[in-house]
Amino acid sequence: MSGHPSTYEPKYAATRWLDQRLPIIRMGADFMTYPSPRNLNYWWTFGGILTLCLVSQIITGIILAMHYVPHVDMAFDSVQRIRRDVPFGWLLQPMHAVGASMFFLAVYIHMFRGLYYGSYKAPREMIWILGCVIYLIMMATAFLGYTLPWGQMSFWGATVITGFFGAVPVVGESLQQWLLGGFSVSNATLNRFFSLHYLLPFVIAGIVGLHVWAMHHAGQNNPIGVEPKSKKDTLSFHPYYTVKDGFAVVLFLLVFAFFVFYQPDALGHADNYIEANPMETPAHIVPEWYFLPFYAILRAVPDKLMGILLMIGAIAVLFVLPWLDTSKVKSMRFRPLARRFFYIFLVACFILGWCGAETPSDMVFTVGQKLGVSDLGGYLASIGAEFPSGENVKFIEDQTRAFTADALAACQSELAAGHALPEYCSQTPQGLNFVWLSRIATFLYFGFFFILPILGLVEKPKERPESITKAVLGEA
Amino acid sequence: MSETANSEHHDDHVDEGKRDFILIATGTVAAAGAATFAWPLVAQMGKAADTMAAGSIEINLSGIAEGQQLKMLWRGKPVFVRHRTPAEIAEAENTDISKCPDPETDAERLVPTPDGKVNPKYLVMVGVCTHFGCVPVGESGDFGGWYCPCHGSHYDTAGRIRKGPAPKNLEIPPYEYLSDTVIKVG
Amino acid sequence: MKTVMKKTLLIAATSLAAITGVGLGVAYAAGGSSDYEMKHVHWHFNGPFGTYDRAAMQRGYQVYREVCSSCHQLKFLSFRHLGDKGGPYYDEAYPNPNDNPYVKAFAADWTIQDIDLDTGDAIERPGIPADRFPAIYDNAAAAAASNNGKAPPDLSVMAKARTGGADWLYNILISYDKDDVFYNKAYGGQMAMAAPLSDGMVEYADGTEATVDQMAKDVTEFLAWSADPKMEVRKQTGTATMIYLLILAILAYISYKRVWRNVEH
Repeated sequence: MSGHPSTYEPKYAATRWLDQRLPIIRMGADFMTYPSPRNLNYWWTFGGILTLCLVSQIITGIILAMHYVPHVDMAFDSVQRIRRDVPFGWLLQPMHAVGASMFFLAVYIHMFRGLYYGSYKAPREMIWILGCVIYLIMMATAFLGYTLPWGQMSFWGATVITGFFGAVPVVGESLQQWLLGGFSVSNATLNRFFSLHYLLPFVIAGIVGLHVWAMHHAGQNNPIGVEPKSKKDTLSFHPYYTVKDGFAVVLFLLVFAFFVFYQPDALGHADNYIEANPMETPAHIVPEWYFLPFYAILRAVPDKLMGILLMIGAIAVLFVLPWLDTSKVKSMRFRPLARRFFYIFLVACFILGWCGAETPSDMVFTVGQKLGVSDLGGYLASIGAEFPSGENVKFIEDQTRAFTADALAACQSELAAGHALPEYCSQTPQGLNFVWLSRIATFLYFGFFFILPILGLVEKPKERPESITKAVLGEA
Repeated sequence: MSETANSEHHDDHVDEGKRDFILIATGTVAAAGAATFAWPLVAQMGKAADTMAAGSIEINLSGIAEGQQLKMLWRGKPVFVRHRTPAEIAEAENTDISKCPDPETDAERLVPTPDGKVNPKYLVMVGVCTHFGCVPVGESGDFGGWYCPCHGSHYDTAGRIRKGPAPKNLEIPPYEYLSDTVIKVG
Repeated sequence: MKTVMKKTLLIAATSLAAITGVGLGVAYAAGGSSDYEMKHVHWHFNGPFGTYDRAAMQRGYQVYREVCSSCHQLKFLSFRHLGDKGGPYYDEAYPNPNDNPYVKAFAADWTIQDIDLDTGDAIERPGIPADRFPAIYDNAAAAAASNNGKAPPDLSVMAKARTGGADWLYNILISYDKDDVFYNKAYGGQMAMAAPLSDGMVEYADGTEATVDQMAKDVTEFLAWSADPKMEVRKQTGTATMIYLLILAILAYISYKRVWRNVEH
């Protein structure tokens, strides 16, 4: 690993012998003494947490594969058998299912951290791109894995997602049937999904190796984005960051354990406890929470192919991010304008997640009838109340809001009683449905990536500390 | 690590011992937790509850003619029930077991019927060679009992190993007589 | 030190809030659309230390056996499960549920289709603890044909298969209309199943009055166990794990402070 002269000296004859032939202990020792910036904060612990997630998923996954049967007639049964009869199956199965969610939770925090602190910028583009590849394979693995329990959501999720491929012009249908191994999601599909679901985590592990290698080559970024200049700027990875990562891992495990032991189903969907039935679609098909933002982008567009392209674009844009950001400053701590857009982007992602979970045509809110102050007066008089006095705008607003709710009820009862409706009832309610909310959020999502190249040119960054040491000692 | 930033500090060696203690304690607690968690990972490969529950069969002996053998599957292995001929019984009972590699009398290899006596007519065994688990062939071998074709083990008419590489007699499964003609294996 | 602790807590809290929020979002997204307001029951099994109410489960099994089982199967359950630790008929004297006399008796109460090993003929025999609860109908088509065209669903995991879980089950059972036996307020329309319960339908051995509400609660308790039979051991393990992790977190934090005590960062 460049820039980091090895300090390992084998103590024994045997280790000297090994060191000349396979310097594997040296590699481990160099890893442990790797000079890390001394100012890494807790957001940097998610790399270690993610390693734990991957290892945990692989171990519990290998175990589940010992008991699971990838056959349409037995898959659902075999999962039930694991939970009921296999020794400790009640622990290992929820660990794997909840573990997938935990993995995504950690990976999203890890990605937002990279985004905020500019960890994708030169010379770390490869770290970022490899990370995006890992994320992409993670999504594939999670999707394949979700099919395996063979519940209703498994089946219909697989049907919908493989349907994306059917949208490809000309070859779409044959491509989709090739993927499925049939006309629809069937036993052949389940078998290949199981095989690939077992394979991909090891591919992820391999790319994680490259990701970490690239990171050790280019060096870690840090919260101020100023590269370490002297040895004083860094600390040995062990014990400083092993102990810090260790502490963070335990906190993460607390959240993990909470879900495994007390809420094993909270992150899943009730419909997946119904065995797959090709004759009946559940009323609301919803993907797992970690796919919801992309699902919302997909549904924001009325055209099938365009929706899919937009969704793919939402992921693809991450790959070119290093070249979209024109600013020389890495950390958003020193980019007040970009930081503002980052937060908007973050909120847009959450809104998209929310939209993905809701029925598109449902209303986010209805601004009751657009009632003015004069209507309020009329209504208050009709129920014998007094118009609020004074210039207090907020007070009047609050009254109007309460009035809207009351007025709606009043209109309804007037209608039910067959009376003539007061004037304020005839106005149309205005509102926002989830399709439009997801359109706004999608616009904001992509807007972030469009504004980034411009921001780097127009923004005036704050003054940055000269070095990490000066920053932490407050001399900057 | 000595070359990194903390080398500028040389103070308080006083609580060094305390620091070691807390680090060791943390490491120990973490290791103990990991070791405890390893148990489910190992134990999950043990017999599942449904496997343990489905472990007994009933066999009606009256349908087996003299000189014939019934083969039934029990816990995934064949069980031999042989209705022995008087000659086979005599040979089984009159063998000098001191020369056998795994000495057992014929009566020791049988289970009493409800009246408390053994019925030497019916021999019940797990039909798996004690060498490497092949299924021996009946009425063959040098001792008129069973012969395992895989590696040449010879069993006599009581299912005792007499010649060949197998170390033990053919195993007797746990079974009981529900009546004079019905046994329950497992 | 304070700021670090604060930051840590903030991260933990944010993560938790985010993920719980999303989880709830998903759950509510699939919620019922009718105006019916679900009655929430304080189930004995709610909460981190909740356990199943044995007596209620036993009454619930009776309701299942005498009422539900004429149409609904419990295909993921074997009779021996009734005597498992955490199950309705668990008895410390019989750690192996296959030996439990209650379990044996309940198993023998059911008829199992089997094959005579001597003749190969199809026979019927009384159940043994290792048997699964048998199918009620020969196949799905027969089940649908006998029940207004809709096959009665399996009940093994029903308490998890609907949003609302046990509360949903209970609400369905108590929300049938008095006049129209197929109309269900909680379901928000006509159901294929007519009101299954009526007062005094079963006679409880423990003298509990068999009102519709009581029977609905009892059978829900039983089906909640059936859907999640390892809940008790899971929650108990959870308590031990959480305590362990809290101790380890404190130790890890002190270790962290020790290692970093001379390092400005």
